[in-house]
Amino acid sequence: MNRIDSRFAALKAAGRTGLIPFVTAGDPWPEHVVALMHALVESGADVIELGVPFSDPMADGPVIQHASERALDKGVGLGDVLDWVAAFRQRDSDTPVVLMGYLNPIEIHGYARFAAESLRAGVDGVLVVDCPLEESAVLAPLREAGLRQILLAAPTTAPERLSQLCAAAEGFLYYVSFAGITGAARLSTTDIAARVADVRAHAKAPVAVGFGVRDAASARAIAGFADAVVIGSALVERLEGAASAEEIAGRVAAFLRPVREALDTH
Amino acid sequence: MLEIRDFHAFPDAHGRFGQFGGSYVAETLMAPLAELTEAYLRLRQDPAFIAELDRDLTHYVGRPSPVYFAERLTKHVGGARILLKREDLNHTGAHKINNTVGQALVARHMGKTRIIAETGAGQHGVASATVAARLGLKCVVYMGATDIERQKINVYRMKLLGAEVVPVTSGSKTLKDALNEAMRDWVTNVADTFYIIGTVAGPHPYPLMVRDFNAIVGREARAQLLEQYGRLPDVLTACVGGGSNAIGLFHAFLNDRDVRIVGAEAAGEGIATGHHAASLAAGRPGVLHGNRTYVLCDDNGQITETHSVSAGLDYPGVGPEHAFLKDAGRAEYVGVTDDEALEAFHLLARTEGILAALESSHAVAQAIKLAREYPSDGIVLCNLSGRGDKDVHTIAAREGVQV
Ligand SMILES: Cc1ncc(COP(=O)(O)O)c(C=O)c1O
Repeated sequence: MNRIDSRFAALKAAGRTGLIPFVTAGDPWPEHVVALMHALVESGADVIELGVPFSDPMADGPVIQHASERALDKGVGLGDVLDWVAAFRQRDSDTPVVLMGYLNPIEIHGYARFAAESLRAGVDGVLVVDCPLEESAVLAPLREAGLRQILLAAPTTAPERLSQLCAAAEGFLYYVSFAGITGAARLSTTDIAARVADVRAHAKAPVAVGFGVRDAASARAIAGFADAVVIGSALVERLEGAASAEEIAGRVAAFLRPVREALDTH
Repeated sequence: MLEIRDFHAFPDAHGRFGQFGGSYVAETLMAPLAELTEAYLRLRQDPAFIAELDRDLTHYVGRPSPVYFAERLTKHVGGARILLKREDLNHTGAHKINNTVGQALVARHMGKTRIIAETGAGQHGVASATVAARLGLKCVVYMGATDIERQKINVYRMKLLGAEVVPVTSGSKTLKDALNEAMRDWVTNVADTFYIIGTVAGPHPYPLMVRDFNAIVGREARAQLLEQYGRLPDVLTACVGGGSNAIGLFHAFLNDRDVRIVGAEAAGEGIATGHHAASLAAGRPGVLHGNRTYVLCDDNGQITETHSVSAGLDYPGVGPEHAFLKDAGRAEYVGVTDDEALEAFHLLARTEGILAALESSHAVAQAIKLAREYPSDGIVLCNLSGRGDKDVHTIAAREGVQV
């Protein structure tokens, strides 16, 4: 069974809301990515979203853009990211890992090669921001290899299309809480509660809500109606400038534990 | 190689030109793109819209633009006749206005009140600010910080026209980053905002729509040649940044198989140096800015920084229709260096009294090379996409002259 599916099944059985932190692979330091991933798990992560840096992150706000630029300046490439996942797997064979990024690095790497290497490294799913359902034929080798293609739904998504996405969803469906870029602070939980409930009722897969979740309070508000929450820019921002693996782990714990607690006590 | 019967049958309903094109965007933009596609496909067949556009092109842009026989340049070169399609004579000084006039009308029909645009050389920014002013729409133009520095006059022109110019400091601080930033604005303000993309790139329907609005260039030129010379040209050439002026000239001739088509990309300091912007001549198929096309990127798939003396050609992608024409063998794409473009700039200035834009000077340089390949009764038709006033500071600085 794919790790994403078993993790969500376990969450459901336990009546818990999933916590999905996002970090940009290679930021703040390439040599501490694996330690960072373990720290995320120790602080309560259920699924890790690992951002693959890209030169032109069209859907990202300044925080993730800068994290990507810092990682690229240090020479991080897709091959490194796969190596880090493989290294992470030596000590953690349970926590699902989703790679999140843009299509061009995968295209240039080669779809079949990427699928085989991802599987070997222990990747469980792939979220390609600029590859909507209509274009996702290119990702067929990934799905055939057993990787979950994580799809997004947005406030602008029309009803008919939403049904298609709900039917095609696998792993989990990522609901983008507002029309905008990552890191903006425009979350309005009252606006999205009914919509997410509707999506949840129809989607073949669990629904995670992301964009605009910044802290324990906003996570708690969402926990009332989502299967999981994704928290990215606020965490990436918190990690900026952390100098050592210990400092990274410390900051992760300080930031993520209260969020975990909020999810468990909502 | 693909056997294509009718080049005018592209793109298909998904915006694909063979394997190129498409809509590679974040989910949030799928709905606004669908809304735009629907509106545009309706308007492009609506006689009232077509009449409105024709009126604007005639009375505001100043069309048709002449086809001019550059006689002294031809003599100097000593080959086929060089004809220039004078897009530099349009209002605001380039072909860019053909597109912005059209998209602004689409924006108004869709009830949008705010225009955003990206710009490299500033010509598209000026053309967007111009149409926004005329229709009373708010206008925000994203421009790379590097380009703001080298195109100061256009920045000031945009401000005079009432636009807000937002410097983009991410990435390479040039056109590609301005496009990223404009996309981010659009995704955030989809309800009231219309994004006027300045070239035949971006997701469907932009490559189709921008091509349609610029195709007037080739339609006019084809009729002008038949009328004035009684024949079609032997070869067409145009500079290729994103590819809008080039596809504008080429499109009407695509099914005229005897007409050779050559696009001139920016070879910068030479393709071998790596400092260039020749996506078709030196790139590979990839995905950038919402479409599959030829891109300049490294082995990790990261888009690489480009170089050209002309800001308008300094772009690591290219419109998907050009990628398609290249692979179908219908058009050739070759590099023209900074030095060759500058030499052509000076030659055209002295022989014809025309200051061409640095972008267009690449096409002139290519026209000169092509003219030498054909006998003296041959015809090379070159798109003079814009005028060079905006570039005089760049040229002066490069040549060590204080102005
Ligand atoms: C005069 C002129 N020609 C050409 C270009 C390149 O764009 P495109 O390749 O879309 O025609 C520009 C872009 O700014 C321009 O200003």
